[in-house]
Amino acid sequence: MAKKIGIEVSLAISEAVKLADVDAIAAYPITPQTHIVEHLSELVADGDLNAEFIPVESEHSAMSVCAGTSAAGARTYTATSSQGLALMNEILFIIPALRLPVVMTLANRSLSGPISIWNDHSDLMSVRDTGWISIFAENGQEAFDLTLQSFKIAEDHRVMLPINVNIDGFTLSHVIEPHEFLSQEEVDSFLPPYDPPLQLNPDKPVSMGMVGIPEIYFEAKKAQDVALIESKAVIKEVFQEFGEKFGRTYNVIESYRAEDAETLLLTMGSIGETAMEAIDIMKDEQGKKVGLLRLRLWRPFPVDELRELVKGIKTLAVIDRAVSFGGTGAPVGGEIRSALYSTEDRPYVASFIAGLGGRDVTIKDFMDMVNLAEKMETEQEVHEYKMIGVRE
Amino acid sequence: MAKNFSEMTWKEFGLAFMVTNPGCSAEYRTGDWRSQRPIADKSKCIKCGVCYLSCPDGAINLAADGTYDFDYDHCKGCGICATECWTGCISMVEEEN
Amino acid sequence: MIEVRIHGRGGQGGVTSAEMLAIAAISEGKYAQAFPSFGPERRGAPVIAFARVSDTKIRNRTKVYAPDIVVVLDPSVMKIVDVEEGLKEDGLLVINSGKSIDELRQEFGFKTAIAKVDATRIAMEELGLPITNTTMLGALVKGKEVISLDSLVAPLEKRFGRIAARNIKAMQRAYKETIVAGKES
Repeated sequence: MAKKIGIEVSLAISEAVKLADVDAIAAYPITPQTHIVEHLSELVADGDLNAEFIPVESEHSAMSVCAGTSAAGARTYTATSSQGLALMNEILFIIPALRLPVVMTLANRSLSGPISIWNDHSDLMSVRDTGWISIFAENGQEAFDLTLQSFKIAEDHRVMLPINVNIDGFTLSHVIEPHEFLSQEEVDSFLPPYDPPLQLNPDKPVSMGMVGIPEIYFEAKKAQDVALIESKAVIKEVFQEFGEKFGRTYNVIESYRAEDAETLLLTMGSIGETAMEAIDIMKDEQGKKVGLLRLRLWRPFPVDELRELVKGIKTLAVIDRAVSFGGTGAPVGGEIRSALYSTEDRPYVASFIAGLGGRDVTIKDFMDMVNLAEKMETEQEVHEYKMIGVRE
Repeated sequence: MAKNFSEMTWKEFGLAFMVTNPGCSAEYRTGDWRSQRPIADKSKCIKCGVCYLSCPDGAINLAADGTYDFDYDHCKGCGICATECWTGCISMVEEEN
Repeated sequence: MIEVRIHGRGGQGGVTSAEMLAIAAISEGKYAQAFPSFGPERRGAPVIAFARVSDTKIRNRTKVYAPDIVVVLDPSVMKIVDVEEGLKEDGLLVINSGKSIDELRQEFGFKTAIAKVDATRIAMEELGLPITNTTMLGALVKGKEVISLDSLVAPLEKRFGRIAARNIKAMQRAYKETIVAGKES
């Protein structure tokens, strides 16, 4: 096993991008993503990475450049956060519609206002329906591994879709922790060079981004939706291959000590690790029948896997890091209710919102949420969502 | 011409609905859109090429003798060539006639 | 697991102290985390940084609420911040001060074990600057051997380049000059 290296998670992601030998990077600095592309620009300037680093005047331009370089057949990477992602919005829809395999790190940060640079998932949720594959990493090692795997998934000819790899801003991006890097030879044995099925090439011209008149638009959207849904099979295939090669196996939903559980917590992102500590305490010290699900793949949503994992479960407490203002559930909680509605013997779903704008979600908070969810289940409390940890 | 796209299912279009046969717009006979057609009195033609340069549809082609011919499959009958022609050799006539 | 909180002022390198500690621990094969108290950087304002060192994988990603060790890089911070907040009863305060441990106990009512060094004086003599982040790493390791002092040499060399040697010397001097006193009974 390779020696573990103590390095900031942002820099570990940059190293993964370097190992993926990207051809083009276009990005605009924004906290807390900045360290990633800052380090990549150094690698390019120092001649350690043979790529075009294209500085731009805004995130809208960054994503527009990514569309161009990816369409020209270049392996393309970018990173952003929060307001930057919001500014990309228009182009975010274009990239998957053009079937361009751009890989983007999203250092999740809340959206203003009030102005906040701290972590939650409101940025991703604001672009939920753009058609990107969305994957969550819980720690630096996962961020490194998933970045590499994302290029392979995105560029698979059966997929050809962009991916955003989500890392919690600051909570992961600015943390120094141990990472096990792969060598260039190992990465090369796993990730082949990008072989675009179609590209902008003067010798063999194509027209991309045609108008979608009413006779075509609907069919175009159907094709795009099917591509995203079917990408799940390739994602699982790549996760498995990576696991077989390097010993770190990923799943679309990770399950932790869920055997014999009556109550399951469900988290997305880095709070899943803290939640594991809470599960250990509740199981080992309090004898509670609890377990944890960590949703890794947000889009395409792993409906079948979720249904299988919650079979026989009495209570499912879903923790969101974003609000759908005035909606019928928080983004993940509502999604899960919808996924389980048509199943028999579905668990009671408690939808919680916690940790907005950088508020810590502590071990005690998780234990409190389990207890509250069980009480709500007993009383069959009708609710849309509850905010946990807010001063009343 | 390929199958009419308004009859194609979502599975029949290629990746991202890209057009992979460049220049295929020539397959569309936009000449049908015309209500007037240009005709030329070639005896007045000075071979200046202004009609060729001003045609917005690329529907005027250089002939072997240095004069110009109309591509009636694609000419939409806008009349710009007739307006721009220095010597007045081009005139527009009703399609009906 | 040892949890550490470092108090300093923006620009004094508290975050770097936490980072050096974590990188050194990881190089020893341990698990470690280091992270700033996330937010805008404000030179001169009281700031904190955190580190965790453990023999097993660290999963808790919250701030450190009950530190085993609190490091104070700048003595003036003690007057405006409760540096003892959450510190475990058998925890350790690592303080940069020109005063004696008895004087500090009297002035601030500290009861826990204390490791004390005049890091500002050492930093001025070795670096010519009152920046005590590397110096105080020596005091920290003297107070509790979370990692070996030698493990810090390589991370400091990498981070500080041509001024690394002076920082390493300041750290080693602090290790020698730090006075450690046990918990008050």
